[in-house]
Amino acid sequence: MSASTTSELAPQTDPKAGGPAPLRLDQHIVEIVSDSGEGAQKAGQTFGAVSAKMGNGVWTVEIIPAEIKPPARSRAGASGIRVRLGSKPITNMGDEADLVVAFNEQVLYGRVEQGAYKPGTKILLENRWATDGLDEIREQYAKALADFRSQGFDVIELPMEEECRKLTKNPRLGKNMFVVGMLCHIYERDLDKVNDEVAFVFAKKGAKVIELNQQLLRAGAEFAKANLPFRFHIAPWENEKPMVVMNGNQALALGIMAAGIETVAMYPITPATSVSHHLGSVYPAVGGCLHQAEDEIAAIGFAIGASYAGKTAATVTSGPGLALKTEFLGLAVMAEIPLVIIDVQRGGPSTGLPTKVEQGDLLAALHGTPGDAPKIILAASTIEECYHFVILSRRLAEAFRGPVILLTDANLATGVSPFPRPPAKEEWFAPPLDQSPWSEGLKPYAWNPETGLSPRPIPGQVGGEYVLTGLAHTDESHVAYDPTSNQTGCEMRSLKLAALQKTLKPPKVHGDPEGDLLVVGWGSTLGAIEEAVDRLRAEGFRVSSVHLRFLSPLEPGLAEIFKHFKSILSVGISYNDPPDGPLMNEETRRHAALTVVLREHTRMDIDSWGHCYGQPLTPGTIYAELRQRLTR
Amino acid sequence: MFGLKSDWSLDVPARYFTLEDYEGGTARWCPGCGDLAVLTAVQRICREEQLPPEKVVSVSGIGCSSRFPHYMGTYGFHGLHGRALPVACGVKARRPDLTVWVATGDGDCCSIGAGHWVHATRYNMDMTVMLFDNNVYGLTKNQTSPTSPVGLKTNTHPRGAWLPPLNPLSATLGFTNASFVAQTIDWNPPHLYETLKAAHHHKGFSFVRILQRCPTYTDHVFEELQRDPSQLVVLNHDEGVSLEPSVGKMFPNHERHDPSNLDEARRQAGREDLIPIGVLFRNEACPRYDEYTAQGLDMTMDERIAGLNRELDRFAI
Repeated sequence: MSASTTSELAPQTDPKAGGPAPLRLDQHIVEIVSDSGEGAQKAGQTFGAVSAKMGNGVWTVEIIPAEIKPPARSRAGASGIRVRLGSKPITNMGDEADLVVAFNEQVLYGRVEQGAYKPGTKILLENRWATDGLDEIREQYAKALADFRSQGFDVIELPMEEECRKLTKNPRLGKNMFVVGMLCHIYERDLDKVNDEVAFVFAKKGAKVIELNQQLLRAGAEFAKANLPFRFHIAPWENEKPMVVMNGNQALALGIMAAGIETVAMYPITPATSVSHHLGSVYPAVGGCLHQAEDEIAAIGFAIGASYAGKTAATVTSGPGLALKTEFLGLAVMAEIPLVIIDVQRGGPSTGLPTKVEQGDLLAALHGTPGDAPKIILAASTIEECYHFVILSRRLAEAFRGPVILLTDANLATGVSPFPRPPAKEEWFAPPLDQSPWSEGLKPYAWNPETGLSPRPIPGQVGGEYVLTGLAHTDESHVAYDPTSNQTGCEMRSLKLAALQKTLKPPKVHGDPEGDLLVVGWGSTLGAIEEAVDRLRAEGFRVSSVHLRFLSPLEPGLAEIFKHFKSILSVGISYNDPPDGPLMNEETRRHAALTVVLREHTRMDIDSWGHCYGQPLTPGTIYAELRQRLTR
Repeated sequence: MFGLKSDWSLDVPARYFTLEDYEGGTARWCPGCGDLAVLTAVQRICREEQLPPEKVVSVSGIGCSSRFPHYMGTYGFHGLHGRALPVACGVKARRPDLTVWVATGDGDCCSIGAGHWVHATRYNMDMTVMLFDNNVYGLTKNQTSPTSPVGLKTNTHPRGAWLPPLNPLSATLGFTNASFVAQTIDWNPPHLYETLKAAHHHKGFSFVRILQRCPTYTDHVFEELQRDPSQLVVLNHDEGVSLEPSVGKMFPNHERHDPSNLDEARRQAGREDLIPIGVLFRNEACPRYDEYTAQGLDMTMDERIAGLNRELDRFAI
């Protein structure tokens, strides 16, 4: 069970102070929910940043409506932010929220429908709607209030907007900082640090705005002190390392820079676009070139052209864009052009769920290219890995002379969490352009028959002149008219994956190396899976997990690891047929992508569990599913 | 070139390139194909300009003419159908030292790759783009192309092409930031050579439509033009193509046309009485995207590391 239960949340009295003593907790989940444009996200980011600076583990994730300007007070328009705090590093968004600040009751409904709350969740609700001029709104409010209370939520009505009006004529814009003030009192944040953070956040808006927001902040803290009978204490964790805090897309952008990738060509696509936003502002710091192409196809074509000319290149996209890039991807495989393709996955197929998470592109990445097109596929499972895996991808692309697909997803893209500040190392940068003369007699595809590897001539190298072609070709890059060249080319390109696999180590098992159940996952579900496994292990269950970083080639030793468990379950944010149903049997049931890959690889009986509700898998839902399987 | 200077000293460069240095594999085009003349013209320009072969990249899509890079002795990129331009732009983006030639056909450029044509024109990166326009799909064996004349009988329109042909000159001159548009014919080597040379010298995206004979499928389309040059009009100007008098005499119609005049260029492109050949439009003042994409190339490793550290520190807590 999660650390904070309803009973723990009951206020306690500190006999000495005569007021409530803070309740000590390992972790807590806070949400701020509003109409869009009310500043909830800025409030949450400010609160999260201060909490991280005070040494808490933090995971922040934005609640984003699908529309840019949804109507006010609508369920689908729920906008806001979730901040999960802990006394240890936090790896995921967690289960139901413990404390919610809501600016109206309708957006709250949007979150209730998504199962974001539980009985006992404290809800601090703006109460101006109780006295609204419109009968309809007053009725909606009263009805919702009764409804929420009947569901067991602990609703506390607060006149937040009225309080803010004492300081500003436009309380709708200012109350977000009032909320930060309330939260700072509740969670014992250092108000000086918060004041600094507010000054930083509003630096561009001038001294007047900073001062007003700092006043609102203090007012919020004082209001909470006078009116709320509870406080929470979440101890910081011991950490000496310097830290940075960012989201996964910012980590990708910085990773691109740290890898020495010179050119990124992209076309706007949610949820990958913000990588380019970030690059747009900071890429010049390392002399990089961001090209917004006319379409997804041109984006990868441009990157391939740059790479052919010896300049390291990447393209960043999401599912529909990956589909459009397929033909060029095949060319990069066929002609062995180093290239990093980052796919920030969203829900699919087709336009699907643009702003929501899914791990649905695994098989498209693996098998989406017509013909036999072996390529390297990696998946980042943390925000920190988003940074480091770009560097790894760039090096693999060059060493193995071909495309590398790096999969991340919307969960990593929008999650914000601290991690140790990575260094900037010269050896992580791409080597300078090689313009030395090409060795005489060396062919442009001088394949090593054991590994399939070959050195690559770069335009400008005297004597290296060759014509790259997407046609089947000989080792001289001549169009193949004979029967054996295509077979040889396929073999050489395929061998490279075997050569890479030989350099990899078996994945680490989280938990004991044997037991009743082994969970296998990949990508952003790492934190949630391990948290669920840890809870079950604490209850005495024999369950472990393995998380894959390499999807092609797969890390070695999987069958050997799997052998020591009674059953194997792949867990992910992707579709699989429910096992029961009138039409379902082993012949008809379609499994999750990871199961398909693992079954083919290990020839073992592996089951699937997961969903595609567009939401990250929470530790609680994984826990419940695994527990049911373990007690069956 | 080898040569005696005015002080009687002999100028001997360290490397001198002959036509052979620009020759690649043996061309496998049909006998009589107009592509061969274009290949020869480009190789001659490379020699004339003494372009180091390792600094020349020819990029193409897919189609008969897109085999072009294979027959050059330089670096080459024979990519995907319709996608020569994005690749060529990528090659040029961070390698201003490379000379880029693009070979593309009427199907490649004006049909499957038409989106890239619009935008590459607007990017105006320094390269020479040769549209080998034979009015038909040749490699896939006789299908209608966007430039096929009305009534052309092909395997996909055996009763004759239905739609009026797309005019690549008018289209290109309609794209914002177009900086060089010319037209030439494959069957007059001096005009072809001079036009491509002018295109090569232009700093920017030089678009040259080459009326190119396909002896297998559209031989008859250009036959009359070849036999009767009075259907053509040669556009003359100091800023355009200059022909030897002996060559000029082969064409009865000449007009003085100032290529800096965009309205006049559009009129020439759209005229129906005669087919204009020469430089229709040229504007060296158009912004060039390759000057934008090359920014930062001069940064040292230390500067880049410092830049990255600065950005990482902005996220420090």
